[in-house]
Amino acid sequence: MPTFVYMTSCDGCGHCVDICPSDIMHIDTTYRRAYNIEPNMCWECYSCVKACPQNAIDCRGYADFAPLGHSVRVLREDQKGTISWKIKFRDGREKNFVSPIRTTPWGSIKAPSDYAAPSADAMKSQQLAHEPEALKVDKLPALRPDQLKQGIA
Amino acid sequence: MLTSNPFAGLSGSISPAIMQAYVIVMIALVVGGTLLDLVHKKSARYFFESWRSAKARATRQVGGGEMASLAVQTAVVDVMTSGEFCNARRRIAHLMTMYGFLAYLITTVIMVFVYPTSATATPGIVTALWYIGALLVCIGGYWFWFFIRVDVAAEGNSPFRLVRADLFVVSLIASVTLALIWAFFQSTGAAGWATAFLALYIVASTVLFGSVAWSKFAHMFYKPAAAFQKRVEEASGLRRNLPAPANSPATFGSARQLPQNY
Repeated sequence: MPTFVYMTSCDGCGHCVDICPSDIMHIDTTYRRAYNIEPNMCWECYSCVKACPQNAIDCRGYADFAPLGHSVRVLREDQKGTISWKIKFRDGREKNFVSPIRTTPWGSIKAPSDYAAPSADAMKSQQLAHEPEALKVDKLPALRPDQLKQGIA
Repeated sequence: MLTSNPFAGLSGSISPAIMQAYVIVMIALVVGGTLLDLVHKKSARYFFESWRSAKARATRQVGGGEMASLAVQTAVVDVMTSGEFCNARRRIAHLMTMYGFLAYLITTVIMVFVYPTSATATPGIVTALWYIGALLVCIGGYWFWFFIRVDVAAEGNSPFRLVRADLFVVSLIASVTLALIWAFFQSTGAAGWATAFLALYIVASTVLFGSVAWSKFAHMFYKPAAAFQKRVEEASGLRRNLPAPANSPATFGSARQLPQNY
C-alpha cells in the first residue's frame, strides 16, 4: 500500500522526507509540500505515515485488501505511545486497530550522534561501539577461549 | 539611522504623489493577484464545497457562541502564534518574518501617506519599527532560506537553488534587504549608491507584489480561513476519517475471522 500526501493538510515540515528509507518523499517545487515521487518504489514501511505530525499522509490500499473508495488513516499519539489505524471500506464498514509503539517516553532514546566518539583503541575490541553499556548489561555473553577448543582433536 | 525616514529623504527627487501612487498600484496588484489565484486554483470553490460537505456530515451542531470561540482560537493560536508549525525553528522563523513584514508594511504605508516629506517630522517609533521590521524579515527569511528549507537540509541541494516555491520568500527578503541598503546609503548621503539600490528595491518590490498569482504570497489570506474550517470540522465531530484517540477507541482491535481466501 504505497503512501500519498494530502497536500492541503501538509505543512512542509519535512519529517517524512527525513525518515523515508527509500528517499521518495520529496518537497514539491511549486507548493513546498511533501509528495511521494515514486509510489511504485515505496517499501510500504509506513515510516512517513507514522512520522507525520499533521496526519497528512495516508496509504492507498491494494484492491484485494480494500477496494476503491476506502481510506486507511493513522493517528500517532506520542504521549500515549500508541498508534491507531482506521480502515474504512466503501460500504461503510470500519476496522480499528491500536498498537503500542514503545514503552519508553517519546524522544528519550539517545541518537547515535549523542554518544561520544569511540577512541582509536576501541577498534581492537570485538565489541561494537558503546557495548556493553549501551545494551544495559555488564558483559556480553561469549565463549571463553578454552571453550572454543572443545571437540577439536 | 533608526530615526530617519528614507521616504522623506526621497521626496526631494520623487514627488510624494508618485510614491503614493506606486503603493496604491502594489495594493491593487495584491488584490488582483489574489482574486486571479482564487479563480485559477479554484481555492474558494474547494473551500466552500468542503465547508458544505463537512456541515452535511457533522455529527453535532456548532452554535454561534462556539463558532466565535473557535474564531478567537484560530486567531490566537493559528494566526498570531503560527500554531500550525510542528518544527519549533520553523515556527520562530515564520513568526519573525510575519511580524517583521507586518511592521515593515504598515510603517511604509504610514511614512508614504502621512509623513512623505521632511516638512512633517516622522515619529521615532514609526521609523524604528520600519527598520526593526525589515531586520526581523531578514533574520527570519535568511534563517529559513539557508538552514530550515527541507529540500536543502534533507536532500543536499544547493542553498542557492531557486524553484517556484521560493518566489515569495526570495522576492520578500530581496525587497527588504535592498530597502535597508537603500535607506543606509540615503542616510549617509551617497546619492549614486542610493539611486542604484532604490532602483533594485523597486524591481524587487514590484516582483513581490506583482507575482501574487504565482507565488505563495496569498497564503496569508488562505491560511486563516483553512485553519478556521479545520477547527469547525473538529468541533462538528468530524475527524477527517482519523481513528478515535487510543484511550477510547470505537473498537479496540477487530473481531478475529477465519480466512476466506482459500
